[in-house]
Amino acid sequence: MIIANSPTILSVQGLRASINGTEILKGIDLTVRSGEIHAIMGLNGSGKSTFAKVLAGHSAYEVTGGSIQFEDKNLLELPPEERARAGLFLAFQYPIEIPGVANTQFLRLAYNTVQTQRGKEELDPLEFDDFVREKMKLLEMKPDFLDRSVNEGFSGGEKKRNEILQMALLEPRLSILDETDSGLDIDALKIVANGVNRITNKDNATILVTHYQRLLDYIVPDFVHVMQAGRIVMTGGKELALELETRGYDWITANKQPAAGVSA
Amino acid sequence: MSEAISTSYLECLLKSWQAKPAESRAWLNQLRARAIDCVSTQKLPTKRDEEWRFTDISPLTALPYRPSQPDSTLKIEDVQHLFLDDAKNRLVFVDGHFSQSLSAIAEPAALIAGNLPALLSAHASILESHVGHYVPFDHNVFAALNTAFLQDGAVVIVPKNTVVAEPVHLLFIATQHEVTSYPRCLLIGEAGSHITLIEDYVALQQAAYITNSVTEISLAGNAHAKHIRVQRESAKAFHLANCAVSLAHASNYQSVSITLGSQISRYNLDVRLTDEAAECTIDGLTLISDRQLADTHTCIDHAKPNGTSHQQHKCIADDAAHAVFNGKIIVRPQAQRTNSSQSSRNLLLSKTAQVDTKPQLEIFADDVKCSHGATVGQLDQEEIFYLRSRGLSETAARNLLTYAFGAEIISRIPVSSLRQQLEQAVLDQTQSNPS
Repeated sequence: MIIANSPTILSVQGLRASINGTEILKGIDLTVRSGEIHAIMGLNGSGKSTFAKVLAGHSAYEVTGGSIQFEDKNLLELPPEERARAGLFLAFQYPIEIPGVANTQFLRLAYNTVQTQRGKEELDPLEFDDFVREKMKLLEMKPDFLDRSVNEGFSGGEKKRNEILQMALLEPRLSILDETDSGLDIDALKIVANGVNRITNKDNATILVTHYQRLLDYIVPDFVHVMQAGRIVMTGGKELALELETRGYDWITANKQPAAGVSA
Repeated sequence: MSEAISTSYLECLLKSWQAKPAESRAWLNQLRARAIDCVSTQKLPTKRDEEWRFTDISPLTALPYRPSQPDSTLKIEDVQHLFLDDAKNRLVFVDGHFSQSLSAIAEPAALIAGNLPALLSAHASILESHVGHYVPFDHNVFAALNTAFLQDGAVVIVPKNTVVAEPVHLLFIATQHEVTSYPRCLLIGEAGSHITLIEDYVALQQAAYITNSVTEISLAGNAHAKHIRVQRESAKAFHLANCAVSLAHASNYQSVSITLGSQISRYNLDVRLTDEAAECTIDGLTLISDRQLADTHTCIDHAKPNGTSHQQHKCIADDAAHAVFNGKIIVRPQAQRTNSSQSSRNLLLSKTAQVDTKPQLEIFADDVKCSHGATVGQLDQEEIFYLRSRGLSETAARNLLTYAFGAEIISRIPVSSLRQQLEQAVLDQTQSNPS
């Protein structure tokens, strides 16, 4: 929801980043305010996922220019764990499997680490069990989820639900969902979207990184941004996603030729 | 080491045996006599031997490790912390010698379990047809020495179609300094039987000693055995072990071997699928640090059709530790439709740690499904990033992933009290590592 005079959570200005000497992000500007849902769309290779990883602090990417302000913090000065503790959450496109660690053990460790940082009480295994089971209902997850190893042998849908479960537990100020819809059938997509909708409120914000408009039928964005060649080249409302769905991305390139020329 | 030292060392060991009384059983005396002959014609292996190229055992000869003597002063209070709550069948050996007072069999009706001398007369023919039949010693000086010294040992016989509910815990406790003990185990699973066997090597103190063990396992048709082997000897000990498993028609053998202790250790595991449709799962974890050396050699021999084998071996080496894994898989011409997989995964936690891994596939049948893979490396950066993105510090992330790497193997141990002990051991070792 767009709220008048709502505080800014994220302010990205002129962000540039490279990997192995190749520049992927070529000057991104984005402002996200409390309560808002932003969708970032674009073709493969446009830099959407890189942007998500740079926000979360992935060390493979080198930030070569620009700034990221997250509430009162300079995000670029913080390692990934401190970004997480400050309230930034990235739902991974490909969640990592950790055989040998029970999901419940991992979830509690993450939860307690973040809680401690926020000056709140840790939960013991029994308390946590009650708490996590309540949250699992949001995502219609079976209890045996807790005892299995983290993401090991999970289906694509189960992995994505596990990501959103972590989002529900950690209560971030800003969530970035990287291609959360990929690999989901329509039923799983509805469950995941429903979970996200119940977590979002006026005090947090969400960035959805996605290829397809499909997800946006269920999580309705306030803003839609189109990324191309490492830059946001167009911003509109939710109707822009529908237009992209029918017309593709080519017409934007045609319209934006001057902008492409600037980057050269 | 020079040949002279090697020969005199072996002579010295054999002389210490001469004093032992002959057994009443002719076959046992003959078996030992053959073993003694074999010792006299062999030398201790050196790094020039292909099978020992990564493992220098010459420190073994630095001390004249005399054969251990029975010590009956040990009380239950001294050792009960080593017992497992959920393994109520227990045979305890102190420095290789059976202790009746420390042992207990909860299911005497379901199985025959005891030490070799006690069972020798009542089960003479079955023992004669199994003891010494699976671990050959003509090219294996340690197996030959063990057989030459063969006197005591654990014997477990599971009668036909019997399911032993409680695991059987064979507990080998080392208590003395500068001695050699020669543990011996025999498991016979008769047709259709089920058992879980734990072979557990522990020490009461950080002593230097040698354990030279031989384990033989024979599973008849449709018999099932789970074999958990834990080597948690003193950090100064030498542990040399040979285990051979013979699998008959549609039998099923699952083993998990955990290597934590010893200065130098070597474990040879040979599994032969001697008849059709036999199955085995062979998992191993080596977790070592300081200057420990742990060498695991396995051989899975598919001799008949429709066999299945799955093997996963993992090593975690820290400090200047050195882990060795050599995994041979033979698929003989007759063994069509064999399904075999092998994975060797190794984690180096320091720049000076070393792992040598060598998968060896010898496939002579054409209709088979065989896969193998080996990796040696550090922790995965994407995995570390995932955990850090959830608020864990880099150290906590590394520790958790290292723990998980080992815990994956430990989680396959079907005895919960033992699993918890080992999880704790892995936790202690992996958390001591601020990297």
